[in-house]
Order: sequence, then C-alpha cells, then structure tokens
Amino acid sequence: MPVFFLKRLIGAVPVLFAVSLFVFGFVRLLPGDPARLVAGADATEQEVASAREALGLDRPIWEQYLRYAGATLHGDFGISSRTHEPVIAVIGARFLPTLWLTLAAMGWATLTGGLLGVWAGVKRGRWQDQAAMLVAIGGLSFPGFWLGLLLIDLFSVHLGWLPTGGYDGWRSLLMPSFTLGVGVAAVLARFTRSAFVDVAGEDFVRTARSKGLTERRVIWRHAARNALIPVVTLTGLEFGTLLGGAIVVETVFAWPGLGRLLVDSISFRDYPVIQALILLLSAEFVLINLVVDVLYGVLNPAIRLRS
Amino acid sequence: MTAPAIRSPAREFWRRFRRRHTALLAAAIIALIVFAAAFAPYIAPYDPAAADYDALLQAPTWAHLAGTDSYGRDILSRIIWGGRVSLAVGLISAFVGGFIGTIMGLVSGWSGGWVDTLLMRLCDVLFAFPGLLLAIAVVALLGPGVGNVIWAVAVFSVPVFARLVRGSTLVLKQTQYVQAARSIGVSRFRLILHHILPGALPAVIVYMSLRIGSAILVGAALSFIGLGAQPPSSEWGAMLADGRSYLGVADHLTLFPGLAIFVVVLCFNILGDGLRDALNQKLQ
Repeated sequence: MPVFFLKRLIGAVPVLFAVSLFVFGFVRLLPGDPARLVAGADATEQEVASAREALGLDRPIWEQYLRYAGATLHGDFGISSRTHEPVIAVIGARFLPTLWLTLAAMGWATLTGGLLGVWAGVKRGRWQDQAAMLVAIGGLSFPGFWLGLLLIDLFSVHLGWLPTGGYDGWRSLLMPSFTLGVGVAAVLARFTRSAFVDVAGEDFVRTARSKGLTERRVIWRHAARNALIPVVTLTGLEFGTLLGGAIVVETVFAWPGLGRLLVDSISFRDYPVIQALILLLSAEFVLINLVVDVLYGVLNPAIRLRS
Repeated sequence: MTAPAIRSPAREFWRRFRRRHTALLAAAIIALIVFAAAFAPYIAPYDPAAADYDALLQAPTWAHLAGTDSYGRDILSRIIWGGRVSLAVGLISAFVGGFIGTIMGLVSGWSGGWVDTLLMRLCDVLFAFPGLLLAIAVVALLGPGVGNVIWAVAVFSVPVFARLVRGSTLVLKQTQYVQAARSIGVSRFRLILHHILPGALPAVIVYMSLRIGSAILVGAALSFIGLGAQPPSSEWGAMLADGRSYLGVADHLTLFPGLAIFVVVLCFNILGDGLRDALNQKLQ
C-alpha cells in the first residue's frame, strides 16, 4: 500500500511542475509589458521600472522561474494589482465559501446520482429506467446559469422564500449548491447505471441470488457495492467540473468565492490573482485526483496489486 | 429470411441507428435549428438589432412570438440570429478540438516511445485544469470575444480526443490487416491514413457529437460571465446575461434564450447517445 501511494504521489509531481511552468509562462505570453500590467495602466515610467525590478523581469528566464517557484512554495503569490493586498490574503478570504459550495453540491449530487443510477439499473429496460435516464440527460444538458436564474425567479422573486444571492447562512447555500450539483448528479447517474448493469450480469451476482439471498441484499451488498468502485474515479474527475461550474454559479448567485474572484480579476486584468487562482485550482484538482486514485486502490485490490 | 450474409459496417450501423426514434427526432430538430440559423435573414421576422421604443419589454404577443427586450428588439429574431454564433462556437470548436486531438492520438499511438510519453504527459497537463478553467485561462490570455472562445473550447476538447484515438490506434495497430499492409511495404503515412484512421473515426464522430453539446454550453457560459460574445451580439449566453436584470419584471428575456440553449444541447446529447449505442452494439 505505501509503495502504491508513493508511486502515485511521485507521478503527480511532473504534472504539477508543468502546470506551474504554464502558469509562469502565462503572464509572459500576454501581449504588452508584464511590468506595466502589474504596475497598472496609470503608472509612471519610474513605477513601471520598479515593478520590473520587483518582479525580477531583468533577470534570466530560468532564474525568474526558480524565484517564482520558490516564492510560490512559500505561499507568496505577489501583490494584487487591483486591491494592492497580498494575493494570498485576497484568495484566502474567498476560499471557504467555494469549499462549502462545492462540498454541498458534491454531497447531494453523488448521493442522488448514485441512487438514481442504481435504481435505473435495477429496473433496466422498464419505464422507470427510461424516465430516470431522461431526467439524467436533461440534467446534463441544462445550462447551469439558466437553471440558477429560473430558481431565483421562482423562489426569490415570486415566492420570496430564499435570498437571491450572497453568502449568509444555509438558506443562501440551497440554490447555488443545487444548481452546481445538477450536471454532476446527471453524469453520475448515467455512469452508475451502466456500471451496475455490467456488474449485474456477473457470476457472483447470480451466485448470490441462487443461494437465496433477498433481492435487496443482492442489490446492495453484492451488485451496487462492486458497481460503485469505478464510480469513485469518475467522482474525482467530476470535481473538476464542479470547480469550473462554480465560476458560473458564483457569478449568478453573487457568491463571494474563488470563481467570482477569477471572473472579476479577469475583467480588472488583475494578473497576479489570475495566475495564483489558476495554479491553485489546478493543483487542487490534481491532488483530489491523487486521493481518488489512492481510494480506488484501497477499494479495488486488483489495481493495487498490479502496480 | 433472405438477408445478405455480410452487410457493410456503415449499413449495419444505419440499420441500428434508424430504430432509435428519439435520436432521429433529435437529429431532425438539430437540422431545423441549423437551417433556421443559416437562413436567418429570410426566416427571422424582424431585424435582430432594430430597436423599437414603442414596444419595450413586451411579453410574447402574436406580433412578437417571444416578446421584446429592453430596447424593444424582437427576441425570437435575436435567438434565430444568435443561433449562428452559438452553433458556430459548438461546431467549429468541437471540430477543431477533434481534429487536433485525433492527429495527436494517431501520432502518439502509432509512434509509441518518447513521442507517446511526451504527448500523453501534455494531455495530463491539459487535464489538470478543471473543466471550464482551461477555457477561461485561454480567454484571459487572448482576451474576450467569440473567436477566442472557439479556440478556448477547442483546446479544452483536445486531450479527450487524443486519449480516445490513441487507444483505438494501439488496438488497430495489432490487427492482422494492418500488419499485412505493413508487411507488403505500405508507407507509414498511407497506413495511418487509410488503415488506422477509418477504424478510429466512428468513435471520433460519436464523441464529437457529444462534445458539440458541451462546447455550446461552455461557449454560452463564457458569454454569460462576460468573457465571450459581447453585449450587442445576440449570442444566447449573452442574451441571458442581458435579461438577468429583468428577472421578475420580464421573465421571457431569460426564458427563451435559456430554452434555446437547453433544447440544442439536449438534442446533441441525445443524438450522440444514439450514435454511440448504435455503434457499440457490435462490442456487446
């Protein structure tokens, strides 16, 4: 087990390195002088020159990267060109709202998606199956931002039950987390169904049934348990969808999270913040997938032993 | 039964696809929408940019089937014209992403060795950017605008196709007919183009149709958050962003463009599912 974990951990390092190179190159690929961008549009020549020196842009490129990587590893992402605060503080203030939002969305989406998928798999070929899969493909095709607007229109504007947006207690979390989770629940339902159908044809399920176990026990203890193993991997990948989706959902619901910070930073051309956010969100995604990979190994000994 | 013993794979595929009525219906709706967008100047009842200050924020009437917006512009006409942008984003980006990804996958699977390792690591890096984030990073780099959104969404699709085609190439490389062609000295280029690609192509086409739906969604999402098509444009995501301020006052401003996105994406997803099922049955 430790060897397996170590191998996966080492495998993630080159990816993280390449991501950091990409993000490092990002500002340098931008048209125009990065020093001028960081100093701001209305900066004097002198301010631009000092920004250039502060950024180390007069140094050789490899030295610039080493400095950047070193600073990043120490949590120093530079200064926001919009608020003139340290980037890490700007991001830190927005981290928790996004965490709550994604966890709530992931929570209900995996539960509902998994259950819907198993149910459709059990009722394979019947109307319940078709209805469930129709709901799933609908959920997959629903634009999150439109769903958000429809919910606001119904529950906030017309019924007045829920706040239109903002970050204020659990009631403000309901609509954003629902909107964010729909696509993921749909993907998981479709995937769980096909995994369940595959497993249901296996010998061990037939054996379980033939030795007289109740149908409920066959479904949950034998079939669903094995069907859910590949679902774990997909759940990890879907976290990426959530992190991306959060950008849109946070914009709709005025949710003060990382996604909205990214959109705002792009419109204000706050490149230090954009750079840090892209790096952090990708690193987060890589690490989540690492955890999922390891979890997969724990659930499925065949994978662990092979590597 | 006097059915011929051997049918061509294409005919066999069509025979199975034809039975999937929902997929056929989806294809018909897509054809209709594409037709409407292509012939927008002849089909749209009004000029999509013409303001009418006597008819501001009107709910749907017989004169304006989908109502009017805050400038009195006809929403139905704007949706028909906006379809050009949304469909172009979806179709072009899925095609460009599929094209680049397919080449990458063919080269990667055929060459093996360090080329394969390099290209697949590149895909790993592209996969490391969660969903929309890669597209947003590209737009942040290139600046907002429809053209850049197409590139952004294409980049976001490349790794998916590269992995898919690499997998098929690895399998096809070992088949007898490819080995046979190789043994009689068929050139590498010809082998890949005439013997490997046709085998990998059906899966690419199926995936492309599934990808168009998500490409339209991503494109509309980028426009909605202000990074894609800009306000005067009647791109569907931009129209939704526009109608957002009138929630509760004039709901039809958000209802119809949203419905347009939903229907088109749903149809592409159903079509893609149908194509995939019709293609996969052979494997079961």
